[in-house]
Amino acid sequence: MSRLSSPQELEKFRNDILSARDPNQTLITVCGGTGCHASGCHAVVDALKKVIQEKAEGNGVDLRVTGCHGFCERGPLVVLHPRKILYQRVKPDDALTIFEETVVNGRIVENLLYDHLATGKRIVTEEDVPFYQKQKRIIFGNNGNIDPTRIEDYLAVGGYRALGKALFSMKPEEIIQEVKKANLRGRGGGGFPAGVKWEQCRNASGKIKYVICNADEGDPGAYMDRSLLEGNPHSVLEGMIIGAYAIGAHEGYVFVRHEYPLAVVNIGIAIEQAREWGLLGKDILGSGFEFDVQISRGGGAFVAGESTALMATIEGNVGEPRAKHIHTVISGLWDRPTNLNNVETWANVPVIIEQGADWYTQIGTEGSKGTKIFSLVGKVNNTGLVEVPMGITLREIVYDIGGGIPGGKKFKAVQTGGPSGGCIPESLLDLPVDFDRLTEVGSMMGSGGMIVMDESTCMVDVAKYFMNFLKDESCGKCTSCREGTKRMHEILTEITEGRGTIDHLSLLEDLGWVTAEASMCALGGTAPNPVLSTLQYFRDEYEEHIINKRCPAKVCRALLRYRVISEVCKRCGACAKVCPSEAISGKRKTKKEEGTPFKIDARKCIRCGMCFEACKFEAVEIQ
Amino acid sequence: MTQSEIEAIIERYGRKDSAILSILQDIQTKERYLPRDTLEYVGEKLHIPLNKIYRIATFYRALSLMPRGRHEVCVCMGTACHVRGAQRVLDQITLELGARPGETTKDLNFTLETVNCLGVCAAGPVVAIDGQYFGKMSPGKVEGTLKRFQSDRKKEGTNVKT
Repeated sequence: MSRLSSPQELEKFRNDILSARDPNQTLITVCGGTGCHASGCHAVVDALKKVIQEKAEGNGVDLRVTGCHGFCERGPLVVLHPRKILYQRVKPDDALTIFEETVVNGRIVENLLYDHLATGKRIVTEEDVPFYQKQKRIIFGNNGNIDPTRIEDYLAVGGYRALGKALFSMKPEEIIQEVKKANLRGRGGGGFPAGVKWEQCRNASGKIKYVICNADEGDPGAYMDRSLLEGNPHSVLEGMIIGAYAIGAHEGYVFVRHEYPLAVVNIGIAIEQAREWGLLGKDILGSGFEFDVQISRGGGAFVAGESTALMATIEGNVGEPRAKHIHTVISGLWDRPTNLNNVETWANVPVIIEQGADWYTQIGTEGSKGTKIFSLVGKVNNTGLVEVPMGITLREIVYDIGGGIPGGKKFKAVQTGGPSGGCIPESLLDLPVDFDRLTEVGSMMGSGGMIVMDESTCMVDVAKYFMNFLKDESCGKCTSCREGTKRMHEILTEITEGRGTIDHLSLLEDLGWVTAEASMCALGGTAPNPVLSTLQYFRDEYEEHIINKRCPAKVCRALLRYRVISEVCKRCGACAKVCPSEAISGKRKTKKEEGTPFKIDARKCIRCGMCFEACKFEAVEIQ
Repeated sequence: MTQSEIEAIIERYGRKDSAILSILQDIQTKERYLPRDTLEYVGEKLHIPLNKIYRIATFYRALSLMPRGRHEVCVCMGTACHVRGAQRVLDQITLELGARPGETTKDLNFTLETVNCLGVCAAGPVVAIDGQYFGKMSPGKVEGTLKRFQSDRKKEGTNVKT
């Protein structure tokens, strides 16, 4: 195929793709996102391929492996178009049934449908599943429709139309105005208005300018950037090209974590294809505008996701941040004006340009427009990626979309904003979610991780967990961050191991304040958040650990005792069999012998919890 | 690693010194660690002092100066996995392998690593072995999962996978 040299050619080509497709033909899409991958979607794809090959000889049925649909909890997901029948938790053995029943006879396979958690009712189509109902999937929605390795699929859903519009009917200044008017705020966590950043970069002096896509999604518990880059890489690329045109940059970088190998592959394919089609490189779509993109891989350092540290990494230096007295839009990569935005921010750009800022600003709240993708994970029934309009309440996300807490347990907190975010208690569940409100309650939007915690999560342990993460990931440049995170972690360890004193709590608050105030980059600046927010909302849990040496959630190992309740023990010996430290003794019940109840020797017990897990009769209790 | 292999990697990135991290990553993938003589060669060719390479090699988790095992066991310690019991899974693997995170078993079969988040949060706790994901892990599943890779080695015999 030759390069597309005008927007008209692009439209013609798009129409050719669409007219070659029969909308009534059966199309089976299988989610190929990493979540479904972990649940075995590849075996399902192979099985479906085989069945289609054998039964239909490849005719009449299309199979497409798409990006992440978001509903990872129920993976592997299979959707049958055009009826949009959603089959969930599909196994390879189901392939034949799906083909014979649904594809050939048009009948629904009941046991593969989603069953409503509360009512038990079977739901047939994707859009009727409660998980999807309250979402507004303007950015993420196409993930389930396209094969990320085929640019034709992206073009079929209107891809690169915004680029044509930007290059041929808008001036760079107009694009910036549109993005400013849409009030697009940085989705990587900072929430800085992207349009303002673009304008500063455009106005900065210097011939060579860069745009960077930050895909170093290091926040544990957040994977929306990964899923976008894996599932719809062209949308990110299109946003970058539009941004580069507005700013006047001709070179761009996509900086991806090395932990995301599939994302590296898929964005690489997308870049190659865009070059072939004349959407990247010299004279893009015949406009005379030149822009190209390179991929840079991270090395597994959290701090390298910070903008200046990221630029240092691309330059081939160690990924340490620097002071930002001079902003990167003035002097960034190789001391040249550099505009960095996160994956999700870039993916918003084509939508804003195509639909217009007026349409875009109808979604969201006063200060935060548009949607945000959250990864809803942890102790919640429907884990997965959800895209919701700004201003939706936490309660709606956790209960209506997430389906509440599994196992009838009680909700305790939701942690937002990654390691530097905060824990929000039940009393604030009706909080509308946007950049400003989350900051008000001591947390932050961050990149959009939303980790639900129930009564079996210990908040002191959570604070210790984050501090452990931050002390490891602190690059060590600022003393306050290097030492502050370390000392806070030490104190939290003392508390969780039963050696805490009540004075420790005020010491934690003091240390937190100093760490935040005296550190250069956002890592140190927000590092105390997990400690301070848990101290604010869950102080009683800290006190319980310190005063009564008890962990109410039964998590902190040093404060636990395992015991077999002899009255409940069925004498099966399952606990003794799995115990790695031979701490459990007793006599098994056999046909001949009654046996004796099993006992745990507290001196030998290493509190691994294997016996607790192995016992089917709930005879092992934790004290 | 032969000189021509190293040259090929350097060439892949246009002999640019700024690509040092990518070059080191490719060597790491191939050799499973960064041998000193290879680093010296790269430094010489790209005019990067060895101490700078050392600094980069020790800064990033993805790089190692010590030989690594044939199989990499990567336990996700992300928040979502943590609240679902990742620590207990890690403890069990540590016990089973007799190696702590960052260490390699004596037979060079396994290297145990922790990672801050694999981005497979919905399936947590997650363990990735050689890039293959095992979701919904529990301490009880550890032995069986590791065994798959142990018997693998027996089958291969001396034919070590690189």
